[in-house]
Amino acid sequence: MSLEEKINPVLRQIPPSGIRKFFDLVANTKGVISLGVGEPDFVTPWYIREEGIYSLEKGYTMYTSNQGLLELREEISRYLLRLTGIVYDPVQEVLVTVGVSEGVDLALRALVSPGDEVLIPEPSYVSYGPTTMLAGGKPVYIRTRPENGFKLTPELLEGVITPKSKILLLCYPNNPTGAVMTADDLAKLLPVIAEHDLLVISDEIYAELTYEGKHVSIASFPGMKERTVILNGFSKAFAMTGWRLGYAAGPKEIIAAMTKIHQYTMLCAPITAQKAAIEALRNQNGAVKKMVEEYNYRRRILVEAFSEMGLRLFEPKGAFYAFPDISATGLSSEEFAEKLLFEEKVAVVPGSAFGPSGEGFIRISYATARKDLIEALKRIKRFVRKKTLKKQ
Amino acid sequence: MEKEILQLLHENAKLTPKQIATMLGVTEKEVRAKIKELEERKAIIKYHTLINWEKTEYEPVRALIEVKVTPQREVGFDGIARRIYQFDEVKDVYLMSGDYDLAVMVEGSSMKEVALFVALKLSTIEGVQSCATHFILKTYKHEGVILDDEEEDKRLVITP
Ligand SMILES: Cc1ncc(COP(=O)(O)O)c(C=O)c1O
Repeated sequence: MSLEEKINPVLRQIPPSGIRKFFDLVANTKGVISLGVGEPDFVTPWYIREEGIYSLEKGYTMYTSNQGLLELREEISRYLLRLTGIVYDPVQEVLVTVGVSEGVDLALRALVSPGDEVLIPEPSYVSYGPTTMLAGGKPVYIRTRPENGFKLTPELLEGVITPKSKILLLCYPNNPTGAVMTADDLAKLLPVIAEHDLLVISDEIYAELTYEGKHVSIASFPGMKERTVILNGFSKAFAMTGWRLGYAAGPKEIIAAMTKIHQYTMLCAPITAQKAAIEALRNQNGAVKKMVEEYNYRRRILVEAFSEMGLRLFEPKGAFYAFPDISATGLSSEEFAEKLLFEEKVAVVPGSAFGPSGEGFIRISYATARKDLIEALKRIKRFVRKKTLKKQ
Repeated sequence: MEKEILQLLHENAKLTPKQIATMLGVTEKEVRAKIKELEERKAIIKYHTLINWEKTEYEPVRALIEVKVTPQREVGFDGIARRIYQFDEVKDVYLMSGDYDLAVMVEGSSMKEVALFVALKLSTIEGVQSCATHFILKTYKHEGVILDDEEEDKRLVITP
């Protein structure tokens, strides 16, 4: 048996990341403006960084309890109340994780039995499918469309349900489409969820980045807290990607199960990040609001630029992504991204990296300084004009 | 909308009304009207440029002067402040709480010029009791802007 054959066969079924391939291409090209970055362009606000430094000076360099510092869980509980209106018990219903990434993994491993189906609206964040498979489940993708604002509708959901359906994995505001689900949109899903007794994993990492109206969590509807695990974290709202910190909140039985896995596989989240995160939540000094305001400015610049280009762009209402339809150029997602990179030195991510329903789209991140974004949009405009003329 | 327009222009006075309108999701006409109104009521006084003089050959010498004064009947501190702020060499004047009364920023082309200005003009004004001159050696941050070179983007070029 070769070494390769000895590797877990599930891994062979997981296709290589579409992003990885493109990364190498971009990394080897000089002078590129990248609109392909899925993390804030801001560094962590200084008051948070300073708290991390202080904790190191004070000698906080040890493990914490498995669930995370109680003081942090208490702050998280207060924060979730402000954000979603739901009360979570910091002792039994909150778990501090190493990013939402770990949260996704823990929730799936805690809930999936072999063969269970996990329903994932697509285009989707890249890690849901592979983590589902590693947990022994079967990802079932639900194709969402720009005509519906890339939202999940009860009809779409009903359409994929089988007796094996167990978990609905939601991510709104969405990566890669920028879609959000309003209270009305979510309410329509509730009867289907209840009828089929689904559990919900709700990745709300972009909740703060909601530009029109307020973020609504599906767990805030009557009866939904009992069947929902909310995942959230510090990466996006507080520009803390590298600190690797997130949390899960949900029914105590599920949190206990997740904690059991976390305890043996991770032990605890880094204490420096936990200390800094306490300050991030406690000191509401407007730093988050300022970043969100800046993203919103860029979002509007971007939407206008695309309407001038004549490419169809469903208006993104959350996160920091836009997902324009580039099929009018006659190019595939990958061709578009590659040619744009070589001809105009602008990097975007091919929509196909987020599943087959992303084909014909590209993902643009506007977590990019305003002046770079404006320059990149100018180049994309020139590129699109050239390609559409050629086609005619 | 007013606050947002002011913040945007404060950060970059070169933004056009059209650009501001796009960013705020309002019409260009509304933005033009608002800016005109702000200019008319002198909320917007002028549009200026933040220059890092250290990167030019014209770096001026600046000093912060702590001035103690005897307030005057009827005009209080304002009378002396007015006599001070009329000088072209004086860039900022603040009335302060604490040990001294007026903080005066003076600018000149050499240390000698600034020192002479303080000795001959400032300290001789009636009602000025004392002047303590502190020369500025380096500017780290000015009007909310850190003057060190911009930090480079350290992120990976593509991430999910
Ligand atoms: C939807 C979504 N979930 C989770 C993550 C990972 O977040 P974390 O840094 O908290 O692991 C990302 C990061 O891009 C994301 O976009």
